[in-house]
Amino acid sequence: MLDVASRKPNLVARLLRSLRLPLNDPFALFGLAIYVVFVLTAICANYLAPYDPTEILYTPSYDLAADLRPGQEGFVLGTTSLGRDIFSQIVYGTRSALLIGITAAFMVALIGSIVGLISGYFGGWVDALLMRLADIAFGIPFLPFVIVLAAFLKPSVWNVVIAMALVLWRDTARVIRSQVLTLRTRGYVDAARVAGSSDLKIILRHITPNILPLSFLYGSIAIGWAILTEASISFLGFGDPESISWGYMLQDAFASQALAKQAYYWFVPPGICIILVVSAGFFITRGYENILFPKLGR
Amino acid sequence: MPHLKAAANRALQFALVLWAVVTILFLMFRLMPGNPMAAYIDPTFTVEQQQALMAQFGLDKPLWEQYIIYLGNLLQGELGQSFRYREPVAERIITLLPNTLILTFSSLIIAYAFGILAGAYLAWRRGSTVENIAVPLVLTTRSMPEFWLGMVLLAVFSFWLGWFPAGGTRSAGTSYDSLWALYTSGEFLRYLTLPALTLAIYSQGLPLLLMRSNMLDVMKEDFVTMARIKGLSPWTVVVRHAARNALLPVMTSFAIAVGYQLQGNVVVESVFSWPGLGRELVNAVSASDYPLVQGAFLLIAMVVILMNLVADLLYGFLDPRVSHA
Repeated sequence: MLDVASRKPNLVARLLRSLRLPLNDPFALFGLAIYVVFVLTAICANYLAPYDPTEILYTPSYDLAADLRPGQEGFVLGTTSLGRDIFSQIVYGTRSALLIGITAAFMVALIGSIVGLISGYFGGWVDALLMRLADIAFGIPFLPFVIVLAAFLKPSVWNVVIAMALVLWRDTARVIRSQVLTLRTRGYVDAARVAGSSDLKIILRHITPNILPLSFLYGSIAIGWAILTEASISFLGFGDPESISWGYMLQDAFASQALAKQAYYWFVPPGICIILVVSAGFFITRGYENILFPKLGR
Repeated sequence: MPHLKAAANRALQFALVLWAVVTILFLMFRLMPGNPMAAYIDPTFTVEQQQALMAQFGLDKPLWEQYIIYLGNLLQGELGQSFRYREPVAERIITLLPNTLILTFSSLIIAYAFGILAGAYLAWRRGSTVENIAVPLVLTTRSMPEFWLGMVLLAVFSFWLGWFPAGGTRSAGTSYDSLWALYTSGEFLRYLTLPALTLAIYSQGLPLLLMRSNMLDVMKEDFVTMARIKGLSPWTVVVRHAARNALLPVMTSFAIAVGYQLQGNVVVESVFSWPGLGRELVNAVSASDYPLVQGAFLLIAMVVILMNLVADLLYGFLDPRVSHA
């Protein structure tokens, strides 16, 4: 018992250190701060949103609260043409954006890292086979593929995530593979092999910790991709009809003539939120590159 | 002849990827939930039409036989009948391809011209305030949803200022003798501006950042130092010596960008009602017009794969130091 208790924080600390979060880069810090704000918003959505995002609202004089401008009747960001509160939709949209972004990014980074590790470490026909699969994944037009799959299967968040994971692992896998190719020739890997370590142990103990930052880097790029993709899919009308997402809001605004009505308060905020979350990923990535490839000095 | 051999290798790989994507497409549409015949036969077709299609695609035969027939038909450019338009899919998508290509190439040419110049300039002004503001700004444009940017431009320049039309390629009622007459008309340009600008603003980030980082690398090389020592003006050093060499990888990225752009077109064409392949794909999916979905998907995939091959070959051709190991 004692042993486990004393090892646990150690393990967490080691994991955090092996991710090498870029905390001294101002841009990366800004990106992480954006993530923190959005994560907190998503968790506390119930308390922050004044209304149910799908509820049709009425003014105190019993009129439909449709197309109200920001500030009118106490609606912070105004209401949609169907009388729904835009601010509440933004707040709840954070949930589906982060949910889809993080699960898709996790799957992409996981599949990509495993494929890259196996491909790079074992080489030979395994490598050839996996890299041809990556070539094929590069040949699939990403957005059309997700649209077709999401439309054929039941439109749901998970089908969009699966469709994304099926294609996007390719970039991560290639990069991790080339990293593993150099890692496996290092002296400590040879030493471990001579000492009788199994392949599995060498991969898990000696190679994986060194590629974790790269996986995390590609994961944070994938979060942005996933959120942008989900927004596009929802905008085209193939999204999950059950969930309120920023892409759905934009589709709703576009279809309800918000552009002609000059209702900027309706379609600008969801776009800004998407930009903030996606660019946060880019900023973190930049911080990472400075740590991982200091010679680049970019 | 290591170059020829490498090129042949690439071509073989190209064929393999193409075959794999074609097969995935086949499986996706045959194994989808519901009636397997739905991939080609609409219930509203006449009995004769249905039987003709049954025979043409061998829909009553086992799956592997259907697959062989499918490949044979593809080689002859036979993609079936569109449910909605009642015309061959191949004809339909071929007439839409020029619209998509014009949009893609005009936006990419603007994006690359701007991105290359701005990227070289930012590398030259490294560490300046301009650079410190510009780089995060460019990253921000890369994180915009393209369709959202299109919506904002539409709301401002079309609905508010009224400078540009809201969508399509021509105003209602006008007709042109030929496609060429349409594309060279001033009116077409007015319709093209906003969608092309939307895609260009999104795409300029890639060439810009690539050019900038390549320039930073090249500027450290000996021949640039040598040019400086010779006393050449900074302009000559940057443009004649450094930029030329930094340009190579950016040019190869153009081919890749064409492929990416075709995918992005799917949404932007929908926002601007631009009659191209992407919008057709979306409409066909919504209308369950399966033959048309397959055709449009296949054509987009073919361009993407072809562009990947072009990028690969260009890379080796422009920079012989890259070996095709």
